[in-house]
Amino acid sequence: MSLAKRIEKALIDAARILPEPIHKRIEWARGEEERLDGKSAGSKASIAVLDAIVENLRVSGNEWIPMCQDTGMFDVFVDVGRSCPLSHAEIEEAILKGCEEGAKNGYFRPSVVEEPLFGRKNTKTNMPPIIWWNLVEGRNVEISILLKGFGSENTSATRMMNPTATEEQIVAAVAEVVTIAGGKPCPPIFLGIGLGGTMERAAYLSKRALLREVGVPHGEERYAKLEEKILAGVQATGVGSGGLGGRITALNVAIEHEPTHIAGLPMGVSINCWADRIAHILWEG
Amino acid sequence: MRTLHLPIGEEDLRSLRAFDTVSFSGTLYVGRDQVHQRLVRLLEEGKPLPVELAGQAIYYMGPSPPLPGMVMGSCGPTTSARMDPFTPQLLGKGLKVLIGKGPRSQAVQDALKKEKAVYVQAFGGCGALYAKTIVSVETVAFEDLGPEALLRLEVRDFPAIVAIDSHGGSVF
Ligand code: SF4
Repeated sequence: MSLAKRIEKALIDAARILPEPIHKRIEWARGEEERLDGKSAGSKASIAVLDAIVENLRVSGNEWIPMCQDTGMFDVFVDVGRSCPLSHAEIEEAILKGCEEGAKNGYFRPSVVEEPLFGRKNTKTNMPPIIWWNLVEGRNVEISILLKGFGSENTSATRMMNPTATEEQIVAAVAEVVTIAGGKPCPPIFLGIGLGGTMERAAYLSKRALLREVGVPHGEERYAKLEEKILAGVQATGVGSGGLGGRITALNVAIEHEPTHIAGLPMGVSINCWADRIAHILWEG
Repeated sequence: MRTLHLPIGEEDLRSLRAFDTVSFSGTLYVGRDQVHQRLVRLLEEGKPLPVELAGQAIYYMGPSPPLPGMVMGSCGPTTSARMDPFTPQLLGKGLKVLIGKGPRSQAVQDALKKEKAVYVQAFGGCGALYAKTIVSVETVAFEDLGPEALLRLEVRDFPAIVAIDSHGGSVF
């Protein structure tokens, strides 16, 4: 199968089926909600939301209907091996074709406008995608495409923290972003946190953090611990599933970090909805 | 779970309380950003609305295209807050049930209480689930808006949770 065709197919599937670890996390959330409360009106409503999500996923998988009507904007992350035999131009062509065909043959909602302020004319094709290039070792190409819904994207944020910020201040800043978001991003949510770099790099890192497989903690112990602390801080907001109040607001937190300037600590917070749709394509060179 | 008919009866409406889970069957309208702006503009110009809103329900939604053989594609709620600037005026015209997701402004909360109307939250992101509840679809106005036109839907067993009731009770 051509790379373009593989991208098309991965996108169509991603709009309808979530990977097993996410199903497990949703199940976990329901169990925790029951265990920690399960009696208050908010907790009961949260459980009703989680049950609706499970039922929705059953319908979307069986009847091949996109799980959510907002099939999102294509946010494409390409890791190209330095010895990869494919040229950037060939990869780009495959991505563009795969996205266009995926949107059409997958019955995606046309959700992209060609210009942001004045005309906001719909491109009707979900094109263009956003493409981020990254060089890595090896011969392969690894493509990850977020189907980024905007109910959740509209609640994402960057914060320029002080270089002296403590872990507690990081946790509090993330919890604040989540509290402001409330029910808008369709909680339970996934959180990607980018720390370091510059303002735009931190935002980029926060998106890359969303790409890590759910349930796999950060490789460095102190960051893995921070992910746990942020998760606990976010559950304590009481936003709950559907924003109706409840003990579980987030399903997962992942952090990516990079070097930064002595005078700053940029932080990106990307919020993704429970409909955490990501197409992964590995091309082996 | 309470089963209710739309358009909703006065007694049913008054009996609803925040956090009630409900299941709607019957008729409702669909309109989002552009429809709201246009309806309010017509009101401000003193012109008649293309539909009678008194007693009716409106659903904030923009569907994905229908698959072959289906009347509608994925069709979960969109964020309600974007309709907040227009909602009090439509409630003033007798709209009784608002369906969307997420919190509402203070002005909308006040108008719901004053006009004795309810705001109901549909399950966010559950578009496939809602696609199965749509019996028929008809475009009733603003056809030029394409997928954002004002629609009338016939639904069966459409699930949701009461978020703000007509007595001022709220889940938020
Ligand atoms: S926030 Fe996510 S789940 Fe909710 S409507 Fe948007 S894309 Fe769908």
